[in-house]
Amino acid sequence: MTDTKKIVRVSAVTKDFELGKIVVKVLKGIDLEIETGKYISIMGPSGSGKSTLFNMIGGLDKPTSGKVFIDEVDIAQLDAYELAWLRCRKIGYIFQTFNLIPVMTALENITIPMTFAGVAGDQAMERGMQLLDLVGLTGRHAHRPSELSGGQQQRVAVARALANSPAIILADEPTGNLDLTTGEDIIRLLKELSLTRGVTVISATHDYKMLNVSDQVVWIRDGKIDKIQERSELDIKTGGLAAAHS
Amino acid sequence: MRRLVALPFAKSCQMAYQSIRVRFFRSLVTTMSLVLAVAFLSFTQSGNDIAGGLLAGGRPHDIEALAKAGYDVQPGTAGIASSSKERWIIFLSLLVCIVGIINAQLMSVTERFREIGTLKCLGALDRFIVRIFVIEATIQGVIGSLAGALIGALAAIAAALLKFGIASAGFMPWPEIGSTSLVAICTGTVLSLLGVLYPAIVAARMQPVEAMRVEQ
Repeated sequence: MTDTKKIVRVSAVTKDFELGKIVVKVLKGIDLEIETGKYISIMGPSGSGKSTLFNMIGGLDKPTSGKVFIDEVDIAQLDAYELAWLRCRKIGYIFQTFNLIPVMTALENITIPMTFAGVAGDQAMERGMQLLDLVGLTGRHAHRPSELSGGQQQRVAVARALANSPAIILADEPTGNLDLTTGEDIIRLLKELSLTRGVTVISATHDYKMLNVSDQVVWIRDGKIDKIQERSELDIKTGGLAAAHS
Repeated sequence: MRRLVALPFAKSCQMAYQSIRVRFFRSLVTTMSLVLAVAFLSFTQSGNDIAGGLLAGGRPHDIEALAKAGYDVQPGTAGIASSSKERWIIFLSLLVCIVGIINAQLMSVTERFREIGTLKCLGALDRFIVRIFVIEATIQGVIGSLAGALIGALAAIAAALLKFGIASAGFMPWPEIGSTSLVAICTGTVLSLLGVLYPAIVAARMQPVEAMRVEQ
């Protein structure tokens, strides 16, 4: 064992979905360890089970068998309070569809997790404003999600994910609904946060732009881990891809 | 690792208020059926109160008018109770009202599945979700019932003035009309709460992934 801390450990996880009488085996035994502070991409074609794996890691869904540990705590053992606490403090979620609360302003959206965490109103507002500055949305605090562009909404979502300084940021296809340049901006922002704050970023994606910034890429195929590549092995591949496109 | 997540009461009130304000027309539709049912309840009961007041006034002309208007006037009795048919109609109208509220609230909760899932991802407990919906329903219930009771009582008074003449104003049993309105307001609020409870609990119990998988 290395001395680096494993923030997430997935062991022999399977997940079945029952669709009427048919049982679909989506995950067929996944073992995965993720080190603190790394930027991890989970890649795979649609239907490969990457979103399902992502939901397991985030404690949003329960595995059919196997265990998921976050910070060496088995999340299947947690009760509703502890699970809520984990979601609130340890994990920041970013979604493909942004999922901001439509009736709230940008600032209010960012401060909800802080409210749940028991941060006082003024303090939450102040930190919310700082986070808006950080994601480059200074002065947009009073805007509702409907008054913001897709990229801006996703920036608000990134700020919201950071609200309680989580150890892990889980991003499910964060660039899926964004155009090329906006998507790149979001990726750069996530990478920057990973470097400066030591946050572990785990993103499920099939966006090849993600490869450039990933420390590690986990390829999922047909419910199993196909291969795990380190950054160094990737450079050749992405170079080849870029060359092929030019 | 037993640590708590919290949602202060004031903050939940603010969230509920905000939700009603932004979705004003949707809340209006939900509240409308309540307004109508409470107005009907308040109208019939206040009408009985007024008839009782006139009967107690004891003017022969009024008692004749009451009998003509279809009230079961028996000399010597103090007040006029609602007939069993009337009670049935009131009961049915309240039943229809609560079914309407459940229907409208189920719709409005379904529309907000994604929002509820997101809140749970951010660390909300089931009871935070239920609490927000209950506060919303209470606000809607109180305002809707207030409006309904007022409309019903005013309509009953206006009808009495038309039927029995201006002079009948002197026999208006104000305290009774007041307490009737109060009962109507309470009934309406309770109905609104009953209507939201089932949809809210369904929504709060959903796993966050299920809630967010819903297409919108």
